[in-house]
Order: sequence, then C-alpha cells, then structure tokens
Amino acid sequence: MIHAQIRANRRKAVVLVGVMALVLFATGFCAAELYQAGTGLLGLVAALALWLTLTVISYFQGDQIFLAMARAREVRKSDAPQLHNVVEEMCLASGLTPQPRIYLIDEPSPNAFATGRSPQHAAVAVTSGLLETLDRNELQGVIAHELAHINNRDILYMSLAGVMVGAIVILADFGRYLRPHTARRRTSSGNQSQSGLELALALAALVLVVLAPLMAELLYLAISRRREYLADACGALYTRYPEGLASALEKITGSVATQAQASRVLAPMYIANPLQKVGQRFVAWRNTHPDTQERIAILRAMGGKADIGSYQQGFAQVTGKALRVGEVSVPDGPVLGPQVDGRTPLARHRETTDLLWRQQGYQVRACRCGISLKVPPVYTGKPISCPQCQQVVASK
Amino acid sequence: MNIVLAILGLGLVIVIAVIGLVIQIYNALVRQRNEVRNAWAQIDVQLKRRHDLIPNLVETVKGFMQHERETLEAVVKARQQVVDLRGGNLQERAQMENVLSQTLKSLFAVTESYPDLKANGNFLALQEEITSTENKIGFARQYYNDAAMELSNKTELFPSNIIAGMFNFKPEPFFEVENVVEREAPQVNFG
Repeated sequence: MIHAQIRANRRKAVVLVGVMALVLFATGFCAAELYQAGTGLLGLVAALALWLTLTVISYFQGDQIFLAMARAREVRKSDAPQLHNVVEEMCLASGLTPQPRIYLIDEPSPNAFATGRSPQHAAVAVTSGLLETLDRNELQGVIAHELAHINNRDILYMSLAGVMVGAIVILADFGRYLRPHTARRRTSSGNQSQSGLELALALAALVLVVLAPLMAELLYLAISRRREYLADACGALYTRYPEGLASALEKITGSVATQAQASRVLAPMYIANPLQKVGQRFVAWRNTHPDTQERIAILRAMGGKADIGSYQQGFAQVTGKALRVGEVSVPDGPVLGPQVDGRTPLARHRETTDLLWRQQGYQVRACRCGISLKVPPVYTGKPISCPQCQQVVASK
Repeated sequence: MNIVLAILGLGLVIVIAVIGLVIQIYNALVRQRNEVRNAWAQIDVQLKRRHDLIPNLVETVKGFMQHERETLEAVVKARQQVVDLRGGNLQERAQMENVLSQTLKSLFAVTESYPDLKANGNFLALQEEITSTENKIGFARQYYNDAAMELSNKTELFPSNIIAGMFNFKPEPFFEVENVVEREAPQVNFG
C-alpha cells in the first residue's frame, strides 16, 4: 500500500548512509594524518575495517544488542495478553506480517521502541510503565506508531546510521586525543622544512576531525525527525483514531517517572525522547525527536479524519511548513458503512440506545468534539468536562 | 544504411522498455490482488475465531447469570445461524455477523450488574479475547477496504488500467458494513 513510500525511504537511506560513510573515511584519513604525516592511507583502511565490522554486527545483531541494552525480555501471550492482542490488532490494520516479537522492559516510565533489520526480523519493546499508564486506545496508538517504523523500514536505517555516527565519534576522538603528541614531536624535532601547504592540510584535517561528529549527528537527526512525523501519520491511519496516539504522547511526556536505563545510544529509537525531562526547554536542533507538544498538536489538528492528507494539513496548520511524505495513496479518512436513509448503521444504533436512556430520565448532552455524554437524572455535581477534548460540556 | 540501423536500434530499445514496463505493472497488479485476497482471508480467520470463543464464554457466564437466559440464548442462536451460513451468501453472512456483534454487546452490558462475574479471572480473560477479536475483525475489514481501494485505483488509473483490461483484473468489492472499529463511548464516572 505504501510501497512507493518504502522505496523512497530506502533510496534516501542509501544516499545518507553513503554520505556518512564518506565523512567516516575522511575522518579516518585525517585522524591518521594528524598522528603521523603519511599514514593517511592506513587510517583510511582502518576506518573502512571499523565501519565494515560495525555494520555487519549491527545488521545481524543490532536488534539483540539494543534489546539487551534496554534490558528487555520477551513476553509470552499468557503473561501480557492485552499487549499481545493489541499488537495482533495493529498487524492486521497495517497489513504487517509476520507479527514482530514482543518485549517488555521493567521500567516505571512509559515508553516504547521498535528494532530489527527487516519486518521478518523485527521486535517491539514497551516498558511496564507504558502498560500501566495507558488505556487500550492509547496503547493501540503507540503500537501503531512502532509498527509504522517497521513497515516504513525506519528500523534498519536507524541502526545503520546510528552505528555510523558511533564510528565517526570514535575515530574523531581518537584523532583529537593523539593530536597533542604529534604537535610536540614536530616542534621538538625542529623540522623547518615543513611547507605551508602541509601545515594548511593539517589544519583542515584538524577542523574536519572536530566537526565530523557534529556533522554526522546533524545529518542523522534531520532525517530521523521526519521519520517520527511519518510514523505518527501512519499510526493515526492504522488506528483511524489520532486522539489515541495524541493522548498517549501526552501521558508519556507528562509522566514524572524518569527512565533509568535510557542512554544516548537508545534515545533516538524510543517513541518519545527518554532524555527530555518534564518542563525542560526543548532544544530543537540537537534532538532526534520533534517536540512532543508539537506532535500532539498536529494529531489534534487533523479535524476528525485519519488519512495522511489530513496529517499534512494539520502539520501545515501547526508548524506553518509543508510536510512532504512522498506518494501515499489511501482512502479519505474513516469510511462509514452503507447509508440507509442518510444514516449509517452505527448512527441508527446510537439513536435507538439514546432513546432508551432518555426514557430512564438520563439527559444526553452533546460536546462540540462530537461525542455525547449521558448524565444520570440524579446528578447535581460539578460541571462535567468532556473526557475526550477536556472542554466543559454545556450545562442543562 | 547507418540511419536504418540507428532507427532499428532505437525501436528495439523502446520495445524492450515497453515490455519491461508492462511486466512491472502486471506484477504490481498481481501483488495487489493477492494482498486483497489475503486481507479477505484474515477477516474470515477472525470471524471463525469469534465463533470458537463464544461457547467458552457462554459456559463461563452461565453459572453466574441464572436470570439472563434470554440474552444467553440470543447469543447462542445468533452464533449457530452464523456457523450454518458459513460458505453461503456473503450479504446474508455479513448481516448475521452484525446481529451476533449486537447480541454479544448486550451480553457484556448485562454482565455489568454481576460483580461476582466481573471478578472472575476466566471471564475477564475471555472478555479481553472477545473484545480483541471484535477489534481484529474491524481492523481486518479496514485493511481489506484499503487494499481493495488500491486495487480498484490501479485497475482504473492510467497506465495500469490498460494492462488490467488486457489481463482481466477487476476491482474487488468493498466491505459494506460498518468499517470503522466502533469505540466504546467514554464512561463518565460520577463517583
């Protein structure tokens, strides 16, 4: 259904990983050249070897490493029936087969991530705090977001690009650590024959070594943020209920529990950044995730629809920018059943039950967001706020 | 002579490109049709699972609800009718499945007034299973409709409509029952 999207994603991932590989090789070359002039080629080979090893490991073992780092353990259906059911439901909604393996992290703060190199080798991990905090609809939203990452092949890209950033950081650190020694040796030898050109090259290499990690990180972040938006849009599409994901994100960021086992390596993979503390000012350009408040606002600006087009509209409305998510063809939001005398079966069913409630003396009050509340005849308490949109529903 | 060769070569390249495009479109159509069929099978799997769960539910509930014979019998009857219709007319089946959904809903509504039952682990597990199965039926239908929509787009839009016409690809019917998963109306607690 979104194969065009997946292909576009894969192309972009290949280009990006290629660019990062170039940065990595250049860093290796420069780090070695700084250590001792003339050893640049050796540095290049070392960088290539490091990159190959890390890529092979992350391709075949990445999911296991990430899951182990998060201290996740696989759960059987008998231990977490609702979680298993929700994953099965969302697999049906998204057409994802086979079902990814399901992991639980013993952790009071609510969060979730997906990992694996392909839909055939994918895993979803959620914290026990997530299961305690969220209701069924919210859990559906979160799982739909994670399955969208799997369906859009974001998980492979995330681990490959993440490994590349790691390798660049290692090499650049190496170069910077070694630099003072070389500098001292050069001055003590008193070699005056060093040409200006050589000096300029050394300076350029130094600048690259310092800037490479930053560049790599920025490249990585720019695209991982766009992927978060796309996964939100797909999550809304799969569940046909953007509010579920929106209120889940609200609960996740509002949670007071801080995550103990979050690390900088794992942070980009979680649904909401585990390192962003409540009330902390959001530093946009250093973050793998878009501001959660903004994501919630976009989901709520979809105007009761659930298709990708509505998400793009909501995005434009909230951020004032356009979100290009590629070619995605989907039906226009919820498609309701056959219209008999202008009403759907669901509407007719509601009308009948509402009539029965009214006969019991209940008052039916409509909220502007579209739901109606039934208030018992004896109720004389505080004004009621709508459980869906928090607005106070008009009194009698 | 050279010009003739060049024209022939160009013609050959164009023919090969066109054949490649046709193969690609044809394969995409086949893939989409298989996806629609698979989505249809998924709905059937979930419906069958619901039929299988109901006897267990009735068995569990029976002991607690002496005064709700009618509700229970309605569920059992609706299930039997659906099972009898297996493999029969699609429209009738869909209608009966909806009746079954309604009787199940009224059964769960009645259980609210039986605190013993609400505390029974076996019942709670079954309730979760049936709720999930109802959701799965809804989501499987939703996905089926999405896939069928994609197929009908492909059979009607240029250029794939030409290939679809040549190889007799037809749009599949949409599932014309309530397609959106019905969410429970939020319960307001006036404690």
